[in-house]
Amino acid sequence: MAPEKLETTATAVQTSPEPLVGPGHSYASVTDKISAVPLEVGWPKFWIVGFTIAFMVLMMLLGTITWLLGKGVGVWGINIPVGWGFDIINFVWWIGIGHAGTLISAILLLLKQQWRMSISRFAEAMTLFAVACAFLYPTFHTGRPWLAYWLLPYPNTMSLWPQPRSPLLWDVFAVSTYGTISLVFWYVGLIPDLASMRDKAKSRFAQVAYGILALGWRGSARHWTHYEMAALVLAGMSTPLVLSVHTVVSFDFAVGLIPGWHATIFPPYFVAGAIYSGFAMVLTLAIPLRSWYKLQDFITMKHIDNMCKVMLATGLIVAYGYAMEAFMAWYSGNIWELFMFKNRTTGPYGWSYWSLILFNVLVPQLLWSRKARQNVALVFVLSLIINIGMWLERFVIIVTSLNRDFLPSSWGMYYPTKFDWSMFIGSMGLFTTLLFVFVRLLPSIAMFEIRLILPKKNKGGH
Amino acid sequence: MTKPLYGLMAEFETADELVHACEAAHAEGYRKMDAYSPLPIEELHHALHIPDTPLPKFVLAGGLAGMVAGMGLLQWISNIAYPYNVGGRPLNSWPSFIPITFELTVLFAGLTTLVTLVMLCGLPMPYHPVFNVPRFKSASRDGFFFCIEAEDPRFDLQRTKEFLNSLRPSDVSEVEQ
Repeated sequence: MAPEKLETTATAVQTSPEPLVGPGHSYASVTDKISAVPLEVGWPKFWIVGFTIAFMVLMMLLGTITWLLGKGVGVWGINIPVGWGFDIINFVWWIGIGHAGTLISAILLLLKQQWRMSISRFAEAMTLFAVACAFLYPTFHTGRPWLAYWLLPYPNTMSLWPQPRSPLLWDVFAVSTYGTISLVFWYVGLIPDLASMRDKAKSRFAQVAYGILALGWRGSARHWTHYEMAALVLAGMSTPLVLSVHTVVSFDFAVGLIPGWHATIFPPYFVAGAIYSGFAMVLTLAIPLRSWYKLQDFITMKHIDNMCKVMLATGLIVAYGYAMEAFMAWYSGNIWELFMFKNRTTGPYGWSYWSLILFNVLVPQLLWSRKARQNVALVFVLSLIINIGMWLERFVIIVTSLNRDFLPSSWGMYYPTKFDWSMFIGSMGLFTTLLFVFVRLLPSIAMFEIRLILPKKNKGGH
Repeated sequence: MTKPLYGLMAEFETADELVHACEAAHAEGYRKMDAYSPLPIEELHHALHIPDTPLPKFVLAGGLAGMVAGMGLLQWISNIAYPYNVGGRPLNSWPSFIPITFELTVLFAGLTTLVTLVMLCGLPMPYHPVFNVPRFKSASRDGFFFCIEAEDPRFDLQRTKEFLNSLRPSDVSEVEQ
């Protein structure tokens, strides 16, 4: 509104070390810059090209699903003994990626980490879309997805009920609760920003659409009182929720008797791995987003640096998990465990274990160096490597444990088919298509939260 | 002015001025008033003497309902509807019912939070008189607004306007109903 307001804050921001918001921003400029992405930037070339590619990959997913429904899950490479193949690998991978969004918005809120504010919104969106991708796999793995509702307890003419002692049923509840609560958290966070969008929009259609979604939010002090409490309460319940979700996912394995799965270290090691891969995905998305839409003032080097440190820490926990698996294989004195470990490292899938160690443990040690953390291109490459590494981790856990269990007569190899790959790559198309639509339609950075971290000088605030 | 008045709206440049205005109006004896800001301001809560939000109580009730529903459902399934011997485990093998009970507790509490938040704020309310002030659009951007409502017993168009002007706002306008 008033350009002179810009100048009054400029001096204040520049003095603070490593700012979370670039210099010279005011409440007005923050709102204008962030809301411009959906409202004014329109259809930039990179968006059209990116969306087109993503949409084509999504179509490949739909093609694969059509073929899958026509032929059955036999088009995948799964068979006895490896009955869980890419479907469960990808399910766990996507769910894990989602975890960073909730960690950023809930756990970092409780810890009062202000740097979460500029990345929380799209990290939460990433969570939702990752959960949507994850849902695909168990649903289609049932073979008859139109009967997937049988997983839920409901009174039926067969008088059958699902088995509440099974971790697979726990998973149904954990993942669906996680998806629902993530959506609630994301929407509650969006309400004040939707009001800003409503007030900034010029076209009648946009005003009405944002207006309906904003529910008539007017920023009244009474609204904010309820709102702040709701955000706190949601953060408080999302924190144990996010830890429970990957714990329950790890129970899918840990409760089984297969060597390589039956381990008490699984829950913490899965949760750390989830956060590790999630932060890698946030970086994979944030780095192009900030440079394409010129949002470097909001997603600063400080944010990238912090995310790298979280990756380093969780990566070390994951490395500890690998070390403990190896240690317990020896220390337990259990011949099956020992054989599992030998098979994992030197068996037919040995390449996957050693690539995993290279990608997840060795290469990320570069992040100890501040210089490496400040090199955006390098961080981007590292984030991709960690994403691949975490996918390999699930491959190793699932395939190398199943392919050679107790009896050599029941050993067998698993080879993914082209439909496994097209379903996997296709789900990335779904994910990126949803992200492109999100960035185009909604503010991808929480405006009202950025206002909170602007310096107080001359602008009030608190 | 033929239309009835909703109140008088003053606009301020900064949050501190807005908080000060709320305190001054409360000291003056005004009670029916509200402040509007583009970001939450904790001091407004005290300046306007807004009662603490009852939201956590609803959330607690929702969470407890989810907990009872979850454990109740699983007990009912395994003891009554479909008693089934799994490896000799007791029908009431409650430790394995904890994960689902926990998830349903969170699910119910989370949905209660959303519904309670919307209801306590009186939303959805697409129309509100304050939106009639053209400059109110900036309440979601960088404007700080303070409105004394005509329903307040001490409200008097002339005197309230003078009072608001004494707070040195950047603008005072009448809010149509």
